[in-house]
Amino acid sequence: MLTILFSILALAALAVVFGAILGYASVRFKVEDDPLVDQINDLLPQTQCGQCGYPGCKPYAEAIANGDQINKCPPGGEATIRHLADLMGVDAVPLDDAHGEEDVKKVAYIREDECIGCTKCIQACPVDAIVGASKAMHTVIVDECTGCDLCVEPCPVDCIDMVPVAQTSQNWKWQELAIPVKTVNE
Amino acid sequence: MQSELTLLEQIKSGKIWDFPGGIHPPEQKSLSNQGDITQISVKTVYVPVAQHIGQVGEVIVRVGDQVLKGQPLTAPLEGFSLPVHAPVSGIVKHIGNHVSAHPSGLEGLTVEIEADGLDAAITPAPMSNWQQLDKAEVADRLKQFGIAGLGGAAFPTYVKMQPSKDIDVLIINAVECEPYITADDVLMRYHSDDIVAGIKILQHLVGAKAVLVGIEDNKPEAISAMEKASADSDDIHIRVVPTKYPSGGEKQLIQVLTNREVPTGGIPADIGIVMQNTGTCFAVKQAIIDGVPLTQRVVTVTGDNVSSPQNLWVPLGTPVRSLLEFVGFAPEKRQKLIMGGPMMGFNIMNDLMPVVKSTNCILVPSSSELPERGVEQACIRCGLCADACPAELLPQQLQWFAKAKDHEKLEEYNLFDCIECGACSYVCPSQIPLVQYYRIGKAEIREEREEKIKSDKAKKRFEERQARLEREKEERLQRHKEAAEKRKKALEKDDSAKDKIAAALARAKAKKQEPAEPQADEPQDKVAAAIARAKAKKAEKQAEQEKTVNSQADASSGGDAQKDKVAAAIARAKAKKAEKQAQQEQADAVNEANAAPEAESAEDAEDAKKAKVAAAIARAKAKKAEQQAQQEQDAEATTGAEVETTEPELSAEQERKAKVAAAIAKAKAKQAEKTETPTEQPASEAVETAPESKSADELRKEKVAAAIAKAKAKKLAAEQAGKDKE
Repeated sequence: MLTILFSILALAALAVVFGAILGYASVRFKVEDDPLVDQINDLLPQTQCGQCGYPGCKPYAEAIANGDQINKCPPGGEATIRHLADLMGVDAVPLDDAHGEEDVKKVAYIREDECIGCTKCIQACPVDAIVGASKAMHTVIVDECTGCDLCVEPCPVDCIDMVPVAQTSQNWKWQELAIPVKTVNE
Repeated sequence: MQSELTLLEQIKSGKIWDFPGGIHPPEQKSLSNQGDITQISVKTVYVPVAQHIGQVGEVIVRVGDQVLKGQPLTAPLEGFSLPVHAPVSGIVKHIGNHVSAHPSGLEGLTVEIEADGLDAAITPAPMSNWQQLDKAEVADRLKQFGIAGLGGAAFPTYVKMQPSKDIDVLIINAVECEPYITADDVLMRYHSDDIVAGIKILQHLVGAKAVLVGIEDNKPEAISAMEKASADSDDIHIRVVPTKYPSGGEKQLIQVLTNREVPTGGIPADIGIVMQNTGTCFAVKQAIIDGVPLTQRVVTVTGDNVSSPQNLWVPLGTPVRSLLEFVGFAPEKRQKLIMGGPMMGFNIMNDLMPVVKSTNCILVPSSSELPERGVEQACIRCGLCADACPAELLPQQLQWFAKAKDHEKLEEYNLFDCIECGACSYVCPSQIPLVQYYRIGKAEIREEREEKIKSDKAKKRFEERQARLEREKEERLQRHKEAAEKRKKALEKDDSAKDKIAAALARAKAKKQEPAEPQADEPQDKVAAAIARAKAKKAEKQAEQEKTVNSQADASSGGDAQKDKVAAAIARAKAKKAEKQAQQEQADAVNEANAAPEAESAEDAEDAKKAKVAAAIARAKAKKAEQQAQQEQDAEATTGAEVETTEPELSAEQERKAKVAAAIAKAKAKQAEKTETPTEQPASEAVETAPESKSADELRKEKVAAAIAKAKAKKLAAEQAGKDKE
């Protein structure tokens, strides 16, 4: 009888000790932010375009961390999906067409003589890549433009075009070798 | 330190080493190295502004300008930048896009000059005392004269000549290991003295203890010429290296001549070495000693389909087409044109592509000479590529990773140490274009890095923007809150302030008008009179109406609904008071009668109108006084209501005035009670004239005034009757 009592007491004491240790550890080593979200966010292209259905890259990163699909980012395309798949330990899946298609890199261009200076595009730009003031002509800082498209919709005079980034010998890259085509006569 | 010296001693003793790998392709040099260098003249040159690594200068000529040979066409910017110079004299025909000397064949900014055939050059500016001059000044001359590395990379020479580290050895690369090319070979044969002079300038600039000139053993004439030219110089050592491709690679030649390796991602200066090409030495000599900028270079035009393969002095910007026409060219079907050598060159898509500072060869091979690459077969893992690689990489592994686009692995396997010499592709039995895969891999990694930088920047900007928006929102809310509070306070304050001001004004006016009330100034008088009259009438009327049990509709007939109610309320109150004051009135009238003659006499002295008005006022006041006697006794609230009732009648403009006037009127009325006596007849006139004078002001006011006047007239009659009785 006494043995049982002792064993119970001993176990209870152990439980209290370990509980205290665990409790302390959970406070002491608390992780403020989910580091996974930051890692995912780093892989996303940061266009902040919202094509994934989330208001920016970070929210999508959070959604992925919470189990959302990794194929909703058209600006990132296949490369981003591959990187995300590596990070998340899932299979790379093709880009979800519902969110758009992978396209050549584009930047916004304001037809300046048509701009009425309404500042609507400036408010829409997620990366402050449009300069201008009320009733003054606006223009896009090409180097800062992520090509997110968000400024096109608000423009009341439709003076914003998305133009593909011009290819120069600086950004040109060697192409994949063309697969030789052979005509086979039957 | 000991070993360093030993190494330097070893180097000086003539020892050479070897580099791993390498291949021995057919040299094909005898095709073009038989004769002297021929000067070519051209009709039109296309000078690209970008002919070097680094920033492009700013174009400083305009279309139509007459330019001399050697005249700068662009001004270099700060940082890595070089100018380009007109290679011929002539007229600038066009400044715009033209196919550039780049594997992509994309267009770049180009200055097109039509030669006038005179070849008029700028005055040479020799720097004969370069040994005494500041090194920076000499280096700046190299910059201003557009000297770039002529070996192939076109790196600005002045940058290399200002090393941040101590330089032990200057290596002159005269190896020219790539098949077919003999430009450096013939240059050394015929211009060895100039080259040695250039070497001495370079040695002076970098402060090297020793100069090693590496020449492959397949150029005996060049070797002997260089040895002869450098015989009087103890520091310059000619080193004959065995022929092996790619011993002319920078890192490979360093390894051969010094047994040192350039660290991954490093430059030769990191190990105390600077390397220059022989062609560059010649250009340096021309720039410093002859004072002539870099406007032409030696180009080998060779290949089986060229009638007379040879080396040419080619003005920079000469289109390939002109070269081919000059040497004679028999194109075959699907003729291949290569800029550079067979190993590292690239296909020319457009024969208007210009010769630039880095162009050393135009190769026009026949199809049997340089056959089309066969179809790529599967890798059989033979390992020949690894044996051939001069950089000791694993081409086979890199190939897999490149095909799989595994960029991490590519970098892990040191893809960026690949010099793209093409030795692996050359030996591959499966004809795998390995270098092509590496180039794509490198380009993709570079692009990815750039995108990463860009996305980081975008992320930062986005986050900063979000923070800013948040901050602005908070600030706005704060501001609104503050403004609301302020407004609230101001409102409280303002009301009291307004009241106070009005009261103060009223008091002041009252005091002022006490001595000379009838002479009150005109516009205010008019208003005051009108108001006073209106009030007086109203009160009287109401009093009467109350007495006669008349309907209130009469009283309010001139006014609007709101006024009616207020007026009715006031009227009732007044009526009561009026009754009580009936006795007081009589007493007052006695006093007023005394004062009236005085007022009248004063008015007579003045003009008629004023007199009338004043009289009207006086009378109105007197009338009012009747009521105000009660009103004053009453609570102030009543008077306030009265003031308010007048407001809707008046236009917004005169609202303020009206209030003040009302206040004044009240104040006057008080005094009038004590001092004034109305004169009946002038008053009746005034009542009529006042509306007339007002008519000019406002229609509405006029109507009201008219209504009031009528009402007053009635009352006056009543009053008169009453007074008559008295």
